[in-house]
Amino acid sequence: MSDGLCLKNLRLALQGRVLFEVNFSVRPGEVQTVMGPSGVGKSTLLAAILGTLGPEFQVTGQIMLNGRDVTHMPPQARRIGLMFQDHLLFPHMSVAQNLAFGLPADAKTRKQVIQEALESIDLKGFEARDPATLSGGQRARVALMRTLLAAPDALLLDEPFSRLDDALKAQMRRLVFSRAQAAKLPILLVTHDPADAEAAGGAVLTLKAR
Amino acid sequence: MSHPKARPLWRIAPVLTVALLVGPVLFGIMWTVLPAIGLWRIGGVPALSLQPFQHLLAHPGLSTSLWMSFKTGVVSTLLAFGLVCVLVAGWQGTRVFFYLERLLSPLLSVPHGAAALGLAFLIAPSGWIVRLMSPWATGWDRPPDVLIPHDPGGWALIFGLLSKEIPFLLLMALAALPQTQAGERRMISLSLGYGRIWGWFLTTLPAFYRQMRLPVFAVLVYGMTNVDMALLLGPTRPPTLAILIVDWMSDPNLARRPQAAAAGVLQFALVLGALALWWCAERLITWIGQRVLALGYRMSGVLDDIGRWFSLAMGTFCATAILAGVLSHVIWSFAGRWRFPHILPDAFRLRTWDRYSADIADVFVFTMTLAAGVALVALVLSLLCLEAENRTGKPMNTTSLWVLYLPLLIPQVTFLPGLQIGLLQLGLGQGVWPVFISHLVFVLPYTFLALSGPYRAWDTRLGVLAASLGAYESRQFLVLRLPMLLKPILVAFAVGCAVSIAQYLPTLLTSGGRVQTLTTEALAVASGGDRRAIGVWSLTLTAAAWAPFGAALVIPALLYRNRRGLRDV
Amino acid sequence: MKHFLLATSIMVGSCLPLFADPDPSDWGAILAEADGQTVYWNAWGGSTNTNDFIAWVGDRVQEDHGVTLEHVKLTDTADAVSRVVAEQAAGQDTAGAIDLIWINGANFAAMKEAGLLFGPFAEDLPNWTFVDVAGKTVTSDFTVPTEGFESPWAMAQVVFIYDSETLPNPPKSAAAILDWAQANPGRFTFPQPPDFLGTTFLKQMLIELVDDPSVLQQPVGENYADVTAPLWTWLEAITPVLWRSGQAYPQTGPRQLQLINDGEIDLAISFSPGEATAAIANDQLPESARTFVLDNGTIGNASFVAIPYNSSAKAGAMVVANFLLSPEAQLRAQTPDILGYGTVLDMQALAPADRAAFDALELGVATLSPAALGQALPEPHPSWATAIENDWIERFGVAP
Repeated sequence: MSDGLCLKNLRLALQGRVLFEVNFSVRPGEVQTVMGPSGVGKSTLLAAILGTLGPEFQVTGQIMLNGRDVTHMPPQARRIGLMFQDHLLFPHMSVAQNLAFGLPADAKTRKQVIQEALESIDLKGFEARDPATLSGGQRARVALMRTLLAAPDALLLDEPFSRLDDALKAQMRRLVFSRAQAAKLPILLVTHDPADAEAAGGAVLTLKAR
Repeated sequence: MSHPKARPLWRIAPVLTVALLVGPVLFGIMWTVLPAIGLWRIGGVPALSLQPFQHLLAHPGLSTSLWMSFKTGVVSTLLAFGLVCVLVAGWQGTRVFFYLERLLSPLLSVPHGAAALGLAFLIAPSGWIVRLMSPWATGWDRPPDVLIPHDPGGWALIFGLLSKEIPFLLLMALAALPQTQAGERRMISLSLGYGRIWGWFLTTLPAFYRQMRLPVFAVLVYGMTNVDMALLLGPTRPPTLAILIVDWMSDPNLARRPQAAAAGVLQFALVLGALALWWCAERLITWIGQRVLALGYRMSGVLDDIGRWFSLAMGTFCATAILAGVLSHVIWSFAGRWRFPHILPDAFRLRTWDRYSADIADVFVFTMTLAAGVALVALVLSLLCLEAENRTGKPMNTTSLWVLYLPLLIPQVTFLPGLQIGLLQLGLGQGVWPVFISHLVFVLPYTFLALSGPYRAWDTRLGVLAASLGAYESRQFLVLRLPMLLKPILVAFAVGCAVSIAQYLPTLLTSGGRVQTLTTEALAVASGGDRRAIGVWSLTLTAAAWAPFGAALVIPALLYRNRRGLRDV
Repeated sequence: MKHFLLATSIMVGSCLPLFADPDPSDWGAILAEADGQTVYWNAWGGSTNTNDFIAWVGDRVQEDHGVTLEHVKLTDTADAVSRVVAEQAAGQDTAGAIDLIWINGANFAAMKEAGLLFGPFAEDLPNWTFVDVAGKTVTSDFTVPTEGFESPWAMAQVVFIYDSETLPNPPKSAAAILDWAQANPGRFTFPQPPDFLGTTFLKQMLIELVDDPSVLQQPVGENYADVTAPLWTWLEAITPVLWRSGQAYPQTGPRQLQLINDGEIDLAISFSPGEATAAIANDQLPESARTFVLDNGTIGNASFVAIPYNSSAKAGAMVVANFLLSPEAQLRAQTPDILGYGTVLDMQALAPADRAAFDALELGVATLSPAALGQALPEPHPSWATAIENDWIERFGVAP
């Protein structure tokens, strides 16, 4: 039970009102999908796992990651990677600078690592490009690679495919899941698209309004 | 993006900032109220007395002065804000708006006094416009005897205020717009068949106004209490209340001073009254708006076009007027003899520039250093407060915000003489530091105002992403927020510099005259009425205030010339 | 409670003997103390010529006595008075910000009465021996005896500036001005009281119109209404034919020069006989501008310098005041294209070479000779100025 992402009796409350309680674990390389109508608290759950909940929320229970209790750690120390639906890149940095952002500071071969990373997502020579000039699919790939280069212990995906067209969607799903599995990352996928859940192939948890 | 366990340090930032402001403001108010009610007298025994107010109320024409202060302030604010709204509603997102923005923003750096002098030379019966048409079209070889400016209705003053406030409000609007999703709202209302302007008023105005409220209040207060523009353009029989106060403050008869203090208190009451009235009007308009909204009028077509083109014409007209005024300063500064009805001087000379260049060089360097220092401190404090909001996840509390903005809402003439005595009491009677503090009091609110909108509008998801990539708050601040917000930060710094450069009364009163800035020198020279010297000093002053704005435009454009995603931040 | 403490501190402060004050009669000690001091001279900064002159004075006192002179350029002398008042209010009885003020009239009266001035010192200055005490009004200021609390440095007298091209025969009495204005509506105005020069104009007309000007040397009494009645009648008659029909007035003296230059008016009052010449040289007035005085004479007074009671450089300030009285400085001030101010010195008291230098000065193109200026009329008692100023504001200063 020590490997992977494990939520033990994680209960979230807002001003004393309990929103939900979840209890599941995701093993390395596996995907856990969380579904549910909007407003049910999917993003609150993500925020709780990331550690970015506002002080108005109360969290009880435990979030374990590879045996570490991260429940009360600051988000920066949790080593949990994140992808948004918008595939946000830092607009003032080049593609290479975006990738370098999460790269551990002691990496001596940063330049080469980035070069190889770009090659591996078919974006060879894109180092100096302005992120605003990338296509949607290109942006998504850079965002994924940036997350992976930070060497996280888990991956949270917040509707990561909803903004892509169908062809790209399939392509990105393949890319994300194969990469994450190769890196032995537990994945938590939040979506409202059943096709995502199907493609992920893992367990599905449906949050319901209380 | 917030973190529940922000360090206590971050809770101190707003407290520190507010504390810096509270002292001077309280001292200022106290030492204004005390003389006004007889509890402090020059060389006399203090005793509660209503005499200062009785003298004040007995002053001939006081009610007209009050009405003029009120009217010019309220009308100019209404017109300026209305025009900016229509401009934004009708043109935002178009090429025209882009050019208009470029045209209007530099006008912000033209000091009020210089703008007023330029306007006066433009519209006077012996001014440029009449000269352009005389005598060939008008037959006048002597100027007509017409009462402009200084018209009893105050319209010249209203026009002057209007043309200076439009650029300021537009700059504030540009900072506010990103938080209103104006683009999306426009598309929705357009697609539902609403006219551009009407749709904007129904969908975007409420969110927009929430952001613009403080700048509008600041404009209202300035309009009601300003001295330099009212002196050059405003009515004179009687003048506005602010002019009366300054006259009495500088009356050799020391017995006038309690009366001036009483007038300062009255000025404050008048301002509060106007703000209250404005607040009621807000409620009324909201109430009406909600009913109108339900009716579903679309107002597309001709009315929409009229509004758009009218606002554009007015905006351009105001900009042209100020620019023509600046041009007249340029010409005067090189002018030899220049009489009515000649359009240009008989000769051009370098003499005036020669005479003042040595003086200007020293004062220029000092003024810029002081302005940069004050603006930097104000910027750092504003950043700390906003960063604190970011890290504690709590917006600044309302009380702190009110204190922060208080210097914008209290007329300068009301509390500066008090501040002077306050500083003297603390042994901070002269020199650079009291000036620094008094400038900071006025610069800080403007810097905060200019920065808070864009800062709060920063996409916090980027912070979440960065945190998930292992970046702590300080790295996010240094590597993400600072560079991404470079333009608004530089603009806030430029606004701060411009405000510091423009301070006259605070510099004079708190330094004992021992600190000379471009503004104190310019106004001293202006009191001699020599348009050539005024031209030289006005231009120097304008250039000094403009330089930081120029830098705020150029630096990010150069640095981020390859970053399309930052262009509309 | 704070104000009680403060009030106490003011009273105590002003009673304390100021041990550190220099003794004006020991000039050697003064010079020694002044060496190395910085003197902040607060003086109106609206005139390029005056500013240049003060800068020259600074160079000279630095050279001769090691005194550094800083010109604090004011828009209004009252700002300096305000400052000293505020310092006294705050109990700052030493190390004030102001060391020397260019002052006269009501500002002097107010400061002297409130005990805000250092002195007496003026009559102990070495150069006082040259001053024309008998011939010029240098020991009283608007009828208030100076008693050595201020030192004169220039003579001023009311003149009228006119454009000889548009107004070849200017009117030289109150009656003539009225006739001319009625024949030429809109061509005359004066600065709006309480502007200093505007009030001076009212005083000048009052002197013109009263039966017996000597009553004006006494404070205002029961006779006010009778004495001033002719002035109000005259103003009632002229106001409708003033520039802008009397609905607006220039706010300052210098603004009148602009109006002449712009062709809006033909006649303006000035308190400086040399102003027109300097303004012509400066392109501010047409070359045809000239000056005149009224047939029955015009008001004259002296400009003074005074030292605030809490100045930190009194010795240095006295050195500057003394230098201003030197034949060298007076000669320079009277040179038409430098300042054109009248000297306060007695020509008979000067060394022959100095006297010859003064005699050799050429008058400016628009400056009247001392003979043409004539004997200046004394200023009325300050209470008259205050009373007619307030009365004017009530009668004409507020639109109906």
